[in-house]
Order: sequence, then structure tokens, then C-alpha cells
Amino acid sequence: MAGDKVDPVHQFVVNKIVPIEIGGIDFSFTNASLFMVATMAVATGFLYFTTSTRSLVPGRMQSVSELSYEFIASMLREGAGSHGMKFFPMVFSLFMFILTANMLGMVPYFFTITSQIIVTFALAIFVIGTVLVYGFYKHGLGFLNVFVPAGVPGILLPLVISIEIISFLSRPISLSVRLFANMLAGHITLKVFAGFVASLGTLGALGIGGAVLPLIMTVALTGLEFLVAFLQAYVFAVLTCMYLNDAVHPGGH
Amino acid sequence: MFVTAAYAQSTTTEGAETHDAAAGEVHTETGVAHEGGHGSGVFPPFDSSTFASQLLWLAISFGLFYLLMSKVVMPRIGSILETRHDTIARDLDDAARSKAEADAAVAAYEQELATAKAKGNAIAATAREAAKSKAAADRTSVETSLNDKISAAEARIADIKAKALADVGSIAEETASAVVEQLIGGKVTKAEIASAVKASAK
Repeated sequence: MAGDKVDPVHQFVVNKIVPIEIGGIDFSFTNASLFMVATMAVATGFLYFTTSTRSLVPGRMQSVSELSYEFIASMLREGAGSHGMKFFPMVFSLFMFILTANMLGMVPYFFTITSQIIVTFALAIFVIGTVLVYGFYKHGLGFLNVFVPAGVPGILLPLVISIEIISFLSRPISLSVRLFANMLAGHITLKVFAGFVASLGTLGALGIGGAVLPLIMTVALTGLEFLVAFLQAYVFAVLTCMYLNDAVHPGGH
Repeated sequence: MFVTAAYAQSTTTEGAETHDAAAGEVHTETGVAHEGGHGSGVFPPFDSSTFASQLLWLAISFGLFYLLMSKVVMPRIGSILETRHDTIARDLDDAARSKAEADAAVAAYEQELATAKAKGNAIAATAREAAKSKAAADRTSVETSLNDKISAAEARIADIKAKALADVGSIAEETASAVVEQLIGGKVTKAEIASAVKASAK
């Protein structure tokens, strides 16, 4: 299995399509940019056109849009309470964007933008930044209560507070790395097993017989990856709701 | 996988990996990971030269997506759901109102039925009373007329009886006079015969 033939990492390479450079910084329109725009267009198009008839009794596709709307609405209401509903557009956009990006990434030859750490990190920073800005704007220094759990003995307080601060700071990292690593690992695994099928197939009759096993694995993994693609979007949205809950109700543990 | 790839990237040194068919999947993968960076020699997701462009285009596409969601799509879905909710609530109200109307109609119908029944009973009772009294009056009139007839008949019978009895006297007188004529051949006065008959009749 030579590297030039099956390269499981090649799918993550960012290629320039339209080179753009502003002030010495490379802002080229790349394949990653193309799929970001495609994700935006596909998700918006789906949600827009399935609801364009505004049927009182929804069809299947309109039901999908309505279900995702209500799914996120109930998730946010449970996670952050009714005060958290002002973040509904943000959580809904994040969920739909990540879900669509993950699903588009499952199409062969398509670029998976959520397998780029900078993309998931930017989305995580967007969430944590919103939590910080809204928390301090709404509660002032009272937002710092989020680091002080209620009912902790005074002597343990310095320890607990430092742990809480560390866990807060690690949130954007865990949030971004979870999504990034899942998408990256899944795609590499798929590619590797699919590569086995191709390379074993060149080894004659015995190889073709042996290629059945990785083929089964590839099919099974493809199903698993669709699950992961949904699950990671869901996890991202749930954690976003939890973090937003801190901004809405600091110290409300 | 992430850790493996990152670890491989940071630890494998140039040329350490030989791309051997027998090297196994992990070696192949990490070796490629090491070389896959298209010139820059970095694992592609960690290639910081692409970060600026990715951030810019993510900001553009996600920002636009956020705007479209919050200004167009979400209000629309929200209004669809609200309209449906309102319609269902209104339909339920209509149904409840119709049911109340139907209940009222049933109650009114039963009320009317009860009054009609009572009225019917009253009419029947008066009719029965009238019939009864009429029958009684008829009976008494029939009875009186019958009594009249009976007494008239009785009077006639008594009359006839008296007449017959009187006739019996005259027949007896005639018979007696005829018998006397035959027997004695002489004439007897009527007065004598009558007194004789009267005396024998006693």
C-alpha cells in the first residue's frame, strides 16, 4: 500500500481555488471555503424551501425542518431555561451548520470542514465568547459566581475555585477537539479500511477473498460515521446549551 | 486517532518511515500523515497557513447562515408552528362550543318533550273525563227513557188487563144469558145476570 495510492490524510488538505491575499495574509477561497459556503447554502436551502408552502398539515420534508426546530427549542429550554431562549437562533444555527457540514462530509470526495481544528475551535470560541460577554454584561462581576459552587466549606474554596476555573478554560478546547477528533478519526478509519479493500483486491483471488472483511468493516463504519456525524452535532448543541445556562444563571448549580 | 496522528506528526522524523507494503496500517497512515501536508510538511488540519482563510470564510458563511436563520427561516418555522397551534386551539374551542350547543339543544328537546307529554296527558285526562261524563249522562237518559217505556208498557198492560177483565164480565154475562135462554127459554134481564155473574165471580 503505497502512500501515493491510498492516502488517508489527503482528504484533509486545503487547496486554493481562488487565491486571495490581503495585506500579506492569505485569505484564498479554498476547497474548505467552498464547502463552508455549500454547507450554508444546503442547510439554508433545505430549511427555506421545505417550509415555503407553510402547510398547516406538514409534508415529510417540512416535518423534518419543524422537528429540528422543536428539537433544538426543547433542548435549549431544558438546558438553559426560558431565559436562555434568546440564544435560540445561535444554538439552532450552530446545530444545523455542524450537522450539515458533517453530513456533507460523508459524501465521497467532499471536504469535511469540521475535520479542521481551526473551524471547530472558532465555533467553540464563538460559544464561550458569547457566554463570557453575555455573562458579564448581564450579571457584571456576579458572573464570577459561576466559579464558586454553593455549599462548599471555606477551607476548600481556593481549591474548588481553581478547579472550576481550569474546567471553564478547558471548555473551548474540549468542545472543539471533541468534534474535530471524531470527524477526523472517523474519516481516516474509513479511508484506511476502504484502502485495504482496494489494495487487497490487486493481490489476485486470495486477496479478493480477503478483501471481503475490510469491505464489511467499511460498510459498517459508514453507518457508524453517519451516527457520529449526527451525534457530534447534537453533543455540540447540548454542551452549548449547558454553557449558556452558566451565562444565564451563574452560580445556579 | 487524533492523538495518534498528532503524536505521529510530532515524533516521526524525516526518513524514519519506510513505505513498505508490510509496514502495517498504522505505520502507513502515520507516514502518510507526515508527508501529506503538500509541501509544508504539516498534518493538514494543523497547517496554520490556512487558518486565516478558513477563519474568514467561516465567519462569512456562518455569519450569513446565522443571519438567514434568525431573520428568515426561524421566524417562518415559528410562525408555521404558531399558526398550527392557534388553529388547533381554535378548532378545539369550536368543537367545545358546538358540543355545548348540542347539549343545550338536547336539553331543550327533552324539556319540550316533557311539556308535550304533560300536555298530552292532560288532554287525554280531560277527554277521558268528558267521555265518562257523557257516557254517564247517556246512560241516565237511556235509563229514564227505558223506565218511561217500562212504566208506559206497564200502564198499557194494566189497562189491557183491566179491559180484559171487564170483557171477561161481559162475556160471562152474554154466555150466562145464552145459557139461561137455552135452558129455561125465557128472557132474563141483563141486570139480573150481571148481579148473578158478579156474585159468582166473588
